[in-house]
Amino acid sequence: MGAVYAPPAAHPTLTRRLARGLAGSPRLRVSGLLAAPLGWLVVFYLGSLAVLFAAAFWHYDSNITFTVTKTFSLENFVTLVSDPVYRSIAGRTILIAALVTVTDAVLAFPIAFVMGKMAGPRLRAAMGVLVLMPLWTSYLVKILAWRLILSDSGVLNWVLKPLHLSGPGFGDIAVYIVLAYIWLPYMILPLAAGFERVPTSLLEASTDLGARTWQTFYRVVLPLVFPALVAGSIFTFSLSLGDYIAVSQVSSTQFIGSVVYANQGVAGDLPLAAAFAVVPIIVMLIYLTLARKAGAFEAL
Amino acid sequence: MYVPLLLIVLYAFNPSKSQKWPIAGLTLQWIQAAATNPGARSAVILSVEVGLMATGIALVLGSLLAAAVHRYRFFGRSTVSFLVILPIALPGIVTGIALNATFRTLFGGLSLFTLIVGHATFCVVVVYNNVIARMRRTPGSLVEASADLGADPWQTFRYVTLPVIRSALIAGALLAFALSFDEIIVTTFTAGFNETLPIWIFANLSRPNQLPIVNAVALFVIIASAIPVYLAQRVASDAAGYV
Repeated sequence: MGAVYAPPAAHPTLTRRLARGLAGSPRLRVSGLLAAPLGWLVVFYLGSLAVLFAAAFWHYDSNITFTVTKTFSLENFVTLVSDPVYRSIAGRTILIAALVTVTDAVLAFPIAFVMGKMAGPRLRAAMGVLVLMPLWTSYLVKILAWRLILSDSGVLNWVLKPLHLSGPGFGDIAVYIVLAYIWLPYMILPLAAGFERVPTSLLEASTDLGARTWQTFYRVVLPLVFPALVAGSIFTFSLSLGDYIAVSQVSSTQFIGSVVYANQGVAGDLPLAAAFAVVPIIVMLIYLTLARKAGAFEAL
Repeated sequence: MYVPLLLIVLYAFNPSKSQKWPIAGLTLQWIQAAATNPGARSAVILSVEVGLMATGIALVLGSLLAAAVHRYRFFGRSTVSFLVILPIALPGIVTGIALNATFRTLFGGLSLFTLIVGHATFCVVVVYNNVIARMRRTPGSLVEASADLGADPWQTFRYVTLPVIRSALIAGALLAFALSFDEIIVTTFTAGFNETLPIWIFANLSRPNQLPIVNAVALFVIIASAIPVYLAQRVASDAAGYV
């Protein structure tokens, strides 16, 4: 402890002189701290998004040259809106994303409630690990596992055969099941944290005042965990909106992600892919703004 | 929740090349084949390299950002918090195609550099979250006390701040590495001809002959990604008792 303390030297070191210079101006200090990370994010991330947005207006010659010319045209957006194929793709993607989000919310609720409210600290930590582990297991591995389960000669059909039923096979329903499974931990974690923040005394007070269980749930618990619910839904919805890998592995139908992915190469229709990618951006930005109003950002 | 993963583990030992259920028995041959497969091995090495570099960059950037947001109220502060969230809040496909478009039009192509840049960008969020959470739990009086005792900012950082956020840095680094190691959604857009392990798996998913080896590799991935996460949990919960 004594080694740290040293009286200010008569000839201050370079770092001390620098510190004295910076001490007068908090703004300078903040700029110094922010310069590198913010510079990185603005240049690489926002810059890329800007290029993407610009690319949506470019022109791709799909007839003769198969190249992209950087002109300004609205043709890509027009194609997306007018072509029924693209409209159905967008509709299918958004619908499944919404279904996955709702399903995960319903499934996560009991698990998160137990984790956040009923379990003691030790059990809660153990449950945290149990829930986190599948989350961090490779996304690709999980998709591979489900492909094996859902295939025609896979586990699901083997289990259902004695009951004279058969599984859904590959297709949109398969995508729904797989995505709901994979994103579930993303919903459980914020929700559990949200439940943890609900003071138990409020629940007790509610019962003391004569409310029945479902009343307490509806009027006390639900409004309090709503921000956390929205926070979790950001992830499940966003991740489902853009998925192309699960889609390609367990279904032969197209989603927004598959179209974007298919067009990314040198020979791809980059402007159309960019335009199609702008759709999830707009959806998510609206969603994020609403979520911020609902207080979800504190719950992250 | 764990059933699908356990199934993959079982399939890794499946001697038959077809993926029917029930599996035909148990064998170690595919694990051996996977371990000696040159494509898989170079993919693992590349994944580790990329992970380390991306984590390193993310550690520096994430901590700087956390320090700035935590300590100072500046113009645009809430916008910065919003900005940091974007790489993980926007669908991966958007990040992927955006980076892809930018790198191809402005930088001339995809390479190891673009791959690392892509990974580092969303790893920053993970480190930022961990560090700022830790900073919020620390009383600010510690830093002031250190300055009062005559330490210059560098000494304060070394003797006071760093030990306190160290556990958050370690947890953040472990999680960032796990995230980078496993990343596939954005990676397919930024890797070019470089094959990380997830890309190798993805490429081989459509080759029925390779599937048994893929299963064995998947088993390896399950174990390999569980370790950093478990360690991160231990580090984070051990430090919860401090200050």
